[in-house]
Amino acid sequence: MTNTTETIHAVAPKVEPEVLSGPTPRQILVTKVLGHKGLMFGAIVLLGIFLMALFAPLLAPYDPYHQDLMHRIVPPVWDAKGSWDNILGTDHLGRDYLSRLLYGARISLAIGAIAALISGIIGTSLGIAAGYFGGRVDSCVTFLINVRLAMPVVLVALAVVALFGGSLEVVITVLGLLLWDRFAVVMRSATLQLRSMEYVTAAKAIGCSTKRILFSEIMPNITNSLIVIVTLEMAHAILLEAALSFLGLGVQPPTPSWGLMVSEGKQMLLFQPWMIAIPGVALFILVLAINLLGDGLRDVSAPENRN
Amino acid sequence: MLVYTLKRLSLALLVTLAVSMLSFALLYLSGDPAAAIAGETANADDIEAVRIYYGFDRPWVVQYGEWMFNAIRGDFGTSYYFKLPVSQLVADRLSVTMLLGLCGISFALLTAVPLGVAAAVRPNSIIDRIALFLSVMGQAMPSFWFGLVLIVLFSIKLRLLPPSGSDNWQNFVMPTIVLGYYAMPAIMRLTRAGMLDVLGADYVRTARAKGAGEFRVMFKHALRNAIIPVVSLAAVQMGFMLGGSIVVESIFALHGAGYLAWESIGRNDLPTVQALILVFSMFYIVFTFLSDLLNAWLDPRMRVG
Repeated sequence: MTNTTETIHAVAPKVEPEVLSGPTPRQILVTKVLGHKGLMFGAIVLLGIFLMALFAPLLAPYDPYHQDLMHRIVPPVWDAKGSWDNILGTDHLGRDYLSRLLYGARISLAIGAIAALISGIIGTSLGIAAGYFGGRVDSCVTFLINVRLAMPVVLVALAVVALFGGSLEVVITVLGLLLWDRFAVVMRSATLQLRSMEYVTAAKAIGCSTKRILFSEIMPNITNSLIVIVTLEMAHAILLEAALSFLGLGVQPPTPSWGLMVSEGKQMLLFQPWMIAIPGVALFILVLAINLLGDGLRDVSAPENRN
Repeated sequence: MLVYTLKRLSLALLVTLAVSMLSFALLYLSGDPAAAIAGETANADDIEAVRIYYGFDRPWVVQYGEWMFNAIRGDFGTSYYFKLPVSQLVADRLSVTMLLGLCGISFALLTAVPLGVAAAVRPNSIIDRIALFLSVMGQAMPSFWFGLVLIVLFSIKLRLLPPSGSDNWQNFVMPTIVLGYYAMPAIMRLTRAGMLDVLGADYVRTARAKGAGEFRVMFKHALRNAIIPVVSLAAVQMGFMLGGSIVVESIFALHGAGYLAWESIGRNDLPTVQALILVFSMFYIVFTFLSDLLNAWLDPRMRVG
């Protein structure tokens, strides 16, 4: 995400006069990023949601935990009974829906980012080790991946959260420990390809340590695909947290989580469908933005698209 | 082929064993099961009594060994909540989940394959765009939310389908759509890519050159080859899908194994949860195993390794 914002800023001074022989690789990348509609849309929307989450205390009109039992289930402003006091209405305890939505973005983003970080560290180390060392290490890691894929994620996550008690930390840890499979699979095959590259052989020939080869030869060359999987797994973790919270075994009330808001709105499904529509649409837009960003990054960084 | 089958079979068994150990460890060692069963109001003596009654005081290796030994014979213990044999409970509910899975994968295949073929025949056409749009939507929409939207639409506004229950076929329509929708994007993309590949192949050109009709070329020559990887993907997706049915079943109160799992987790019914985790893992393991065998049978190059 920071990468994209950087590139947006980087394009502002457009002319670089000293370049005479065509565009530099960096400029090519910038043009490609800016020309990719899906990527730009995803990046801008995600940045917007990130800023909303960051400045939630300033933007939220009310305290997201403040209950006002006199104003329960006020519909949003576009409804005939709605008012500008609560733009998105209030929930079954009279809490302002917009404020809860803004604070809920923090939960979703935090869970997505931290869970992706944990699973990224686990999966990437396993994948690189398997791809680089091969042999028995590879067999072990492949077996671990098989075991992980066989475990039903939702069921295991629900059971563990139920035993430990639902808190933000538990949900993040469980998701982080469960979602590393794709990292391991992709990093393994990427490393496998790199291992036979000439520059890796050269580094070995001049006597570089394994650590050095892994960190300065392998790592920089798998960052592209790593970033793509980070975005996809972030989206995956956000959807799973929402599902867990929806089933009542994720983030616990009164914490504002979008999945929990859908779950609470479910009781009013019959007369107040907007109560599930608002947090649902929010989740949809966030995950869509992350996915578009990830797909776009994959397109842009794919070798066949390089000139 | 026999060597390959035996190799894959032993791997599948090892994975099953590892999963059973892991889930056992997770459930019995992560918290204090005795305290969970005794409830919040229990004092230390009550918890101790529960611990001895259920045998939680013994070393976990003994507990696991006993559980595994019985599980192999199909005895998963007694449900804490229903006081019935877990195997019987699970077997009763499993038929609903399997039916749902079968409907879901059929729905996914019946919509995704034609869409994928159409998208490949006319790349960048309106159908291709629609197919892409559907798969992008499918990846971003939370399944529980999609389910609720369908309930609002078909049960509340149009009054066509019952919102919950599992008594007749109408109860299965919406869960099938929700579950199948999430298997669609992958199948569609693979069909499209496979068809694009095959349509450029020599034998398709030859078939055209010999004057075969477009319909014959598409279905007899192209699709038959492009569908092979799709079938094995569908098998894997089916395994994933059954694991994901817990969310769908709980939205529509469809009384299958997923719903039982959700209820049992809420009731701290550890033997049932443990058995269900194993059963759902087995689904995935069996389907991947079958898909590997199918691949190896169709393509001898896969038998190495």
